[in-house]
Amino acid sequence: MRRIDFHLLGPLIALIALIIIGALLNPAFLAPANLSNVLARSAFIGLIAVGMTFVITQGGLDLSVGSMAAFIAGITIMAMNALVPITGVNWGTIIIGMMVAMAGGLAAGLFNGALITRARIEPFIVTLGTMGIYRSLVTWLSDGGTLSLDSGLRTLYRPVYFSGIGWITWPIITFAIVAILGEWMMRHTRFGRHVEAIGSNDRVARYSAVDVEGVRLASYVLLGGLVGLATILYVPRLGSASGSTGVLWELEAIAAVIIGGTMLKGGTGRVWGTVVGVLILSMIDNILNLADLVSPYLNGAIQGVIIVLAVVLQREKRATDNR
Amino acid sequence: METVLELSGVTRCFGPVEVLHGIDLGLRAGEVHALIGENGAGKSTIMKILGGYLAPTEGQVLLDGSPAAFSSGPEAEARGVVVIHQEFNLAPDLTVADNIFLGREMTRGWRLDHAAMRRAAGDLLEELDTRIDPRARIRDLSVPDRQMVEIAKALSRNARVLIMDEPSAALTHREVDALYAQVDRLRAEGVALMFCSHRLDEVARLADRITVLRDGSVVSRATRGEMTEDQMATAMVGRELTDFFPPKDTLTGNVLLEVQDLSVPGAVDDASLTLHRGEVLGIAGLVGAGRTELAEAIAGLRPGSTGRMTVSGEAVPLADVRAAGRAGIAYLTEDRKEAGLLLTKPLTENLTLAALDRFGFRIDRAAEARAMDDATREFDIRAASPDMPAGALSGGNQQKLLLAKTMLTEPQIVLIDEPTRGIDVGTKRQIYAFIRRLAAEGHGIIVISSELPEVIGLADRVLVMRQGRIAGEVEGDVITEEGIVRLAMGVGADHHDAEHKNREPA
Repeated sequence: MRRIDFHLLGPLIALIALIIIGALLNPAFLAPANLSNVLARSAFIGLIAVGMTFVITQGGLDLSVGSMAAFIAGITIMAMNALVPITGVNWGTIIIGMMVAMAGGLAAGLFNGALITRARIEPFIVTLGTMGIYRSLVTWLSDGGTLSLDSGLRTLYRPVYFSGIGWITWPIITFAIVAILGEWMMRHTRFGRHVEAIGSNDRVARYSAVDVEGVRLASYVLLGGLVGLATILYVPRLGSASGSTGVLWELEAIAAVIIGGTMLKGGTGRVWGTVVGVLILSMIDNILNLADLVSPYLNGAIQGVIIVLAVVLQREKRATDNR
Repeated sequence: METVLELSGVTRCFGPVEVLHGIDLGLRAGEVHALIGENGAGKSTIMKILGGYLAPTEGQVLLDGSPAAFSSGPEAEARGVVVIHQEFNLAPDLTVADNIFLGREMTRGWRLDHAAMRRAAGDLLEELDTRIDPRARIRDLSVPDRQMVEIAKALSRNARVLIMDEPSAALTHREVDALYAQVDRLRAEGVALMFCSHRLDEVARLADRITVLRDGSVVSRATRGEMTEDQMATAMVGRELTDFFPPKDTLTGNVLLEVQDLSVPGAVDDASLTLHRGEVLGIAGLVGAGRTELAEAIAGLRPGSTGRMTVSGEAVPLADVRAAGRAGIAYLTEDRKEAGLLLTKPLTENLTLAALDRFGFRIDRAAEARAMDDATREFDIRAASPDMPAGALSGGNQQKLLLAKTMLTEPQIVLIDEPTRGIDVGTKRQIYAFIRRLAAEGHGIIVISSELPEVIGLADRVLVMRQGRIAGEVEGDVITEEGIVRLAMGVGADHHDAEHKNREPA
C-alpha cells in the first residue's frame, strides 16, 4: 500500500500548480524572457537558501545573511573602485573584486560560526547581532546613500548577470550547479549525514564521535561562502549597494527552506525542497505582477499564507509518525 | 475485595497486527498487582488501555463494574485512574509545586495561591520522605527526584487506581524504600495499584497478585507467595533459564588500557585502573559514585578531565573523543534515548553514524545496507525494516542496535554502561553472552552496572567506586555482594544499611 506522500511532494505539486495557473493567467509567463528573469532573481535567494538549509538542518539559524550580502556588496564595490587607478578597467580588477566578495562571505560566516560554536552563544542572538552590525556598516560606508561601481567596470561586469547560454543566464546556471552539489552533499556525504545527526540530537552525535562543533562551524562558513557567491552575481545587476540592499533576504531564504520541507528545529534537510521553495516564492511574485487579478501589494500576504500552510503540513506529518 | 478497574476480553490491534489477545484482568482496591513480561509482551499496551490512552479494539474496560470508555488520559484521571509513565510528564521550567498542581491550580479569587500550593506540595513530598524543595525547578532536579515529583503529583490527584510503569527504574535505594513505603501506605488506604517492572525481586516484595504476559496473552496468574522469582522468569520467557551468565573462561592477556590519576572535576578523583585483553572488568558503586563519569572520561567525553591514559603503551590525550576512538576506545551510553540513538532516524543511519568514515567520502549505501544485514544477523535485532525509525524498536532491540553501532567502529576497548537497563530477561542473556564473546576475542571490556548480580555474574574483576574514588577491588571467587557492598558503602557503614543495600542495589 503505497500512498503519495503529500508532505514530501506537496511543495512540488504546489510549484507545478503555480506554473499552470501562471500560464493560464498570462501566456507571457512561460516566455523565455520572463522565465529567465524570474529564475535569475531567484538565484540570489536560492544560493543563500541552499546554505541556509544546511545551517537549519544542523539546528542553527542565520538571520544576518541579508545584511551580510549588502555589506559584502559594499566592500566589493569599494575595493574595485579603489583598484581602478592601479589595475585599470579590466577583468583582472573584477576578478579581484570577486575574490574580495568570496573572502568576505567566508570570513563573515566564520565569524558567526565561531561566536556560536566557540563562545557558545545562541545562533539567534549572534546573527541578530551581526545582522545589525553589517547593516549599519554598509550604511556607514555609503554614508547613508549609495555605493556605485565605476561605470567602466559596470559595463564590463554586466554580462555576468545578464548573459549566459541563450536565455539561461549565469546566475541560473550557478544556482543550478550549487543546488545539485548541495543536494548531493546533503544526501551522499558524511558532512550531510553529520549535519542531519547533529540537528536531530547533538548529544547522540557527540557520543558517536562526530565533530559537532566543527560541522556546525563548517555549515556557517558554507553559508557565508554562498552569500559571497550570491553577491558576486548581484553586484553586476545594479552596479551599486546601499543600506537597503538585501533587506529581508534572510527571511525569504528561511521561508524557502521551511516551505521545502526542512524542519526549523533541524534534523531533516531537503535541498531540492529548498529550491522548490525559492521558486514558489518568486513565481507568486511574478504571477501577481503579470496578472491583475490580485494586487502585487498582497504578495507578502500570500507568501505568508504559504509559509504557514507548509508548517501545518509538517505538523500533520509528525503526528502520523508518532502513531 | 472489590474490583475497581477491569479489562474484560480486551483485544488490541495495530493495523493488521493483533498485539493483545483477549486479556482479562482485574485491579482490586487495596491490592498491588504486578504485570510482568518480556519487552514487547504487551505490558505498555495494557497500561495505556487501562489509563485511557488507547481504546481496546474488542472487549471492554470496566470501572466499578460498568463500561468506562475513557476517551483520553485526562478523562481517566478525572475519574481517579492515574498513570505514571516512564517518560516523565513534567514541565521542566516550572517549579515542583507548579507541576504538582498543573491544571488544578489553587486560587484565591482570581490570583494563584502560590503559598498554599507550595505548602501542600511540601506536605506531599514530606510524606514521600524526600527533601525536594517545592520551589525548585524540575530542570534542576535529578531523575529520581523527578520520579518522586510524578508520584507526588499522582497522590495529589487522590487516585483510586494508580498505574506505574517501571517506577523504580531510576531511583536510588533510599528512594526505592520510600516508594515501597508509599505503595504499602496506598494499599492500606484502599487504592488499587498496578505496576510493571523488570526487577523480579521487587515484584516478589510488593505484589499481592502477579499476571505474567507473553506475546500478548496472559500465560500465568499467581497471588503473593505462589511464585518464586525463578518461576516468574521461566513463565515470562517460556523456557527454563539455565546458565544465565556465560562461564568466565577467558584467558587474560597483556595490559590493554592503563589509566592513572584520572580526575573529572566534581565527579571523579584520581582514579587509576588497568584493563587486560580478554578481561571483563566490572565497575560497581552507588548511583552518583562517579562510575559513568569515569567511563565517559576514558572515552574522551568529559571536558576538563586530567590524568594520564595509555592504550597498549601509547599515550592517549584526554577529553578528546576522536583521539580515544582512534585508540580503539568505545563507550556504550546508559542513556540510549538521549545519547545513544537518533530515535527519528532509520536503523541503518544509526548503525553507521559512528563509523561513517569507513563508508567513503560519497557514502556507499550498498555497503551500509550490507553492514545493516550483518548486524541484524549477528546481534539478532528484530525489526520490521531497516528503514524504520530507531525509536520504534523495543528497548531490548534498541540496546542491540546500540551494541552493533558501537562494534562497527571496531574498538579494542568497550565500556558498557548499564548493559541491560530496562531490558527483558531473554535479551539480557543474549547481551551477557555477547559481552563474554567479545572478551574471548581479545577485547578489553568494562561493564558498569547497578545490578550487583550482573556485575558478579559477568566480571573477572570488580572495581568499586565510592564518592568519586575507587574504593577497592574484588577479584575471582571473592566477588560477592557483601564484598562489593562493604566497599561501596564505606567500611564504617552500619550493618543494617549494608544489608539494605544488598537487597536493593540502586
